[in-house]
Amino acid sequence: MASEPSSLTAPAVGTPRAVQGTPGLSAHRRIEHSATPDLVFAWLTRSVAAFTFVLLAAIIVSLMVSSWPTISKFGLSFLWSTNWDPPAQQFGALVSIWGTIATSIIALLIAVPLSFGIAMFLTELSPKWLKRPLGTMIELLAAVPSIVYGMWGLLVFAPVFGQYVQPLLGNTLGKIPLIGELFSGPPLGIGLLAAGIILAFMIIPFIAAVMRDVFDTTPAMLKESAYGVGATTWEVVWNVVLPYTKGGVVGGVMLGLGRALGETMAVTFVIGNTNAFQNISLMNPGNSITSLIANEFAEAGPGLHTSALLELGLILFVITFIVLAGAKLLLARMSRAEGRK
Amino acid sequence: MRLTKLASFASMFAAAVTVPALFCASAGAAEIVGAGATFPAPLYAKWAEAYNKTTGTKVNYQSVGSGAGIKQIQAKTVDFGATDMPLKPEDLAKEGLIQFPTVIGGVVPVVNVPGIKPGDLRMTGQLLADIYLGKIKKWNDPAIANLNPGVKLPDQAIATVNRADGSGTTFIFTNYLSKVSPEWKSQVGEGTAVKWVGGLGGKGNEGVSAFLQRIPGAIGYVEYAYAKQNKLSHVLMKNADGQFVAPSAEAFKAAAAGADWGNGFYEILTNGAGKETWPISGATFILLHKVQDKPENGAQVIKFFDWALKNGSAMADQLDYVPLPSPVVALIDKQFATVKDASGKAVAMTTGKVVATNN
Repeated sequence: MASEPSSLTAPAVGTPRAVQGTPGLSAHRRIEHSATPDLVFAWLTRSVAAFTFVLLAAIIVSLMVSSWPTISKFGLSFLWSTNWDPPAQQFGALVSIWGTIATSIIALLIAVPLSFGIAMFLTELSPKWLKRPLGTMIELLAAVPSIVYGMWGLLVFAPVFGQYVQPLLGNTLGKIPLIGELFSGPPLGIGLLAAGIILAFMIIPFIAAVMRDVFDTTPAMLKESAYGVGATTWEVVWNVVLPYTKGGVVGGVMLGLGRALGETMAVTFVIGNTNAFQNISLMNPGNSITSLIANEFAEAGPGLHTSALLELGLILFVITFIVLAGAKLLLARMSRAEGRK
Repeated sequence: MRLTKLASFASMFAAAVTVPALFCASAGAAEIVGAGATFPAPLYAKWAEAYNKTTGTKVNYQSVGSGAGIKQIQAKTVDFGATDMPLKPEDLAKEGLIQFPTVIGGVVPVVNVPGIKPGDLRMTGQLLADIYLGKIKKWNDPAIANLNPGVKLPDQAIATVNRADGSGTTFIFTNYLSKVSPEWKSQVGEGTAVKWVGGLGGKGNEGVSAFLQRIPGAIGYVEYAYAKQNKLSHVLMKNADGQFVAPSAEAFKAAAAGADWGNGFYEILTNGAGKETWPISGATFILLHKVQDKPENGAQVIKFFDWALKNGSAMADQLDYVPLPSPVVALIDKQFATVKDASGKAVAMTTGKVVATNN
């Protein structure tokens, strides 16, 4: 049985002996055993790690070099200008940044609770015979190509969504002050909200599968103790399983968020692809960073257009970095708070 | 046609990797490589297949988009580039390139208005610009009604649909609107991607048509072949001579015949003269280096297109592309003679009199 919840912490590279098993056994190793393979292996892993670093640095540098014309021309105003006008050589990224962030947040808001429910059912409540087929089905969902989600979204989901769901949302949530602003507008079926929902479908399998796997690592003794003192299933999951596995859960959510931020093809089909900013309503068509790049890159003319598209790529890079760093900080603060209790 | 950008990036990458290898081998085995516009790609593939059967020469065309095609011919990673948007004469001179058209296509405004069948609705360029500028918002607007006496127009909002992906189709459409509407020219302008005033963006002809069919009151624009094959509700356009014409192969040919090709083939066929001319027409172009580093490859490219322009019309018709009228082909022949090798010798001569034998 695994003794420590170390699912996310990678084994330290510098101590190859730990691989041999429990420390007690290492004393019995034969003395004539050469250290060379271990050394070679350690250097091999080190160089692979270094290669990742070099690759990342190279991508950042090349993105910065190729987007330099627009960085130097528009400066920071690129970030908050809504004007994307290729013929006039004027570029601003706010509409697509907003689209990327809004759709990803919608996706997370829907996908995280649903995935939590799925994982909870699979680990605690599901009858044994159902666990395996259901788990496999969820994993299979992750293997569906994104263009299939996109086509389905455009041809099947959007018409139904526009005809039945959006008017309903507009008449209920749309009437609430402040929040209502997000749900006003014509029910076209496509737009930021539709894109966010399609994204949610796409990331649920990732988050649910990771959550299920980490929930399964909770020692039975802890859970049984909780049940033993009279806790309900909900209390066990919420107060025992979740705190025990929070690192893995946050990791799974980040995996899903990373996919949502970077998803291109499915979003392009349902987001409406317009660079005109009307208001903050989620019913409106919009654009996302990846979708804009995919749409315009191949035909982008010489001049600033290509550079602006590459700067968008750089911005997405930065957004992803901020999100990941935020997740790490969150985890660190959570474990510090734990110590104080 | 542009369903997976990923695939085109992949093929771009493949082209970048394989092309140097081909250059090394090209002395013996005849194989030429081109890259660019996606619009004519099905036709170039068909031409290449037929040409390979008759001559044994392989033509490898990568449809990566016009912008990428221009970049690749500039970088000399391909033997020819292809673009839907002709280069200006000064840009051609700067890069040492020549260009010539291969086939003509048209852009067709299509509508989804209840009760309106294909060819029922008459439009002018000015009206189309005003609709896309958001100035005319309803189908029963007097500006539309006055042009269409006897047509029952509903009191319905107009939803404009445009191409979301950068595209030669958008270029031809916006170029036409810029020619007929000063307001469009100053406010939006022309290009493969522009700043639309509201509306929805569909990906590819398929995406535009999907929105069009779903949203009552929608208007969009697609390639002629796509509109024809899918029987979309096209409109009649008023051309520069004041005639209302339907989109057809003859109407596009008329546009090409009436055009002035003298300016280095920098000619966009929009709003052209002629009674039968469809006003939103455009040709697709091939780019070649004027001075060929690899004269054998240059000669092969010229031989291929010379053959295609003279023997490929039937194949073009089958795929709903419109072949060039013969006076234009004769002009292109003259252009071929200006392609030289480093010593100043015309490369087309090195393969014998292709121009004459194929006539």
